Amino acid sequence: MDWGALHTILGGVNKHSTSIGKIWLTVLFIFRIMILVVAAEKVWGDEQDDFVCNTLQPGCRNVCYDHFFPISHIRLWALQLIFVSTPALLVAMHVAYRRHEKKRQFRKGDQKCDFKDIEEIRKQRFRIEGSLWWTYTGSIFFRLIFEAVFMYAFYFMYDGFRMPRLMKCNAWPCPNTVDCFVSRPTEKTVFTIFMIAVSSICILLNVAELCYLLTKFFLRRSKKTGNSKQQPNHENKEETKQNEMNELISDSCQNTVIGFSS
Amino acid sequence: MSWAFLRDLLSGVNKYSTGIGRIWVAVVFMFRLLVYVAAAENIWKHEHDEFECNIKQPGCENVCFDHFFPVSHIRLWALQLIMVSTPSLLVVFHVAYRKNREKQHNQKLYKNPGKIDGGLLCTYLISLILKTGLEIVFLVLFYKLYNGFKIPRLVKCAIKPCPNTVDCYISKPTEKMIFLYFLVATSCLCIVLNLAELSYLVFKYSIKYYLKRHVKKQQ
Repeated sequence: MDWGALHTILGGVNKHSTSIGKIWLTVLFIFRIMILVVAAEKVWGDEQDDFVCNTLQPGCRNVCYDHFFPISHIRLWALQLIFVSTPALLVAMHVAYRRHEKKRQFRKGDQKCDFKDIEEIRKQRFRIEGSLWWTYTGSIFFRLIFEAVFMYAFYFMYDGFRMPRLMKCNAWPCPNTVDCFVSRPTEKTVFTIFMIAVSSICILLNVAELCYLLTKFFLRRSKKTGNSKQQPNHENKEETKQNEMNELISDSCQNTVIGFSS
Repeated sequence: MSWAFLRDLLSGVNKYSTGIGRIWVAVVFMFRLLVYVAAAENIWKHEHDEFECNIKQPGCENVCFDHFFPVSHIRLWALQLIMVSTPSLLVVFHVAYRKNREKQHNQKLYKNPGKIDGGLLCTYLISLILKTGLEIVFLVLFYKLYNGFKIPRLVKCAIKPCPNTVDCYISKPTEKMIFLYFLVATSCLCIVLNLAELSYLVFKYSIKYYLKRHVKKQQ
């Protein structure tokens, strides 16, 4: 189980996404997950070993490291990526549920179902409308929230996005204020800014997708109300005709019944 | 042999699960297995090397580490994941047994071998009870072994060959605690999902059973 498995799961969702959704997925995999696995993990690989404090006091280094890095950047990013990918699973589950329903209809031999065989159902691409629209929009909304929360948590925990070279620490058992030096601060700053920039791009893509879906929804609605406004006159005429027919039928029924009884 | 094996096993189970069962599989994959492999494993990677005691006495660090961490958190986590996923195999085996029986007798004995009814329902319920039980057992084990879900920065150790009471410092205690809480939260979520699935199945099939009886009585 690793990021490759996540790629397989989310790849299935790709078929039913909008174009912006597909771009988002590509950015996620190439510029975030791949960079994390191939480069960032190595930069942070030796972070505690090479965190050096100007003291021989045993334990001081451990305590200072723990004080300045309650949760490592690399782990925060991994959690962020996992949480941000999870809403797409909702869409995958909804699509699977719809497919399951269609298969059931097909097996029952329902005439509404117009597929020739099960393979067609499996390969079918569902349009984003109806309840699937709500699931999809909900998933984008949650993605946005998770991205924003993690970016804020990052900013809050590390006082900005810069990695300082030197940190002064006086947590017990360090005897006095002690200088501690972070390993590879510049490289870490570069990667942090890169990951934050890509997160921002992903947020923008999600906002764009949300706007696109909402616009489509309102356009479709206005088309429907436009069509239904033209129809009511027709419907009224038909209804009155039907009412007259019904009255005629009920009158003739009553006559026959009365005739029969007498 | 790696976590991919467990992943493939669970994907097989997914076919015969209810909707809540599929949510459970998704939670186990995304929030437990993936977090374990992608993040948690690396935090505990050098825990022994980074465990430092304020003493030069050889052997003291080893002995103190062994005293405070009889089984490492990360190994308990891995065991928990494996044990909790295994009861689902009972369902897979039962379905395979049904299909085998059909083949042997060369007739259609079941309308659908994968449908949860009759004996398969009992197996499914047993697997749910086992899963929940094992989750609770591991949570209690974590709690008892480590005095709650806390990881202190400093532990005091006075075991031979340490000459007196010695200060020992655990590495990355805050990060370990955050991930430990995450583990507990996802375990509790899985327990809730299992109990929900259990109640749903019991409720659904008792209603079916009573309706059948009612119809028979009327006839």
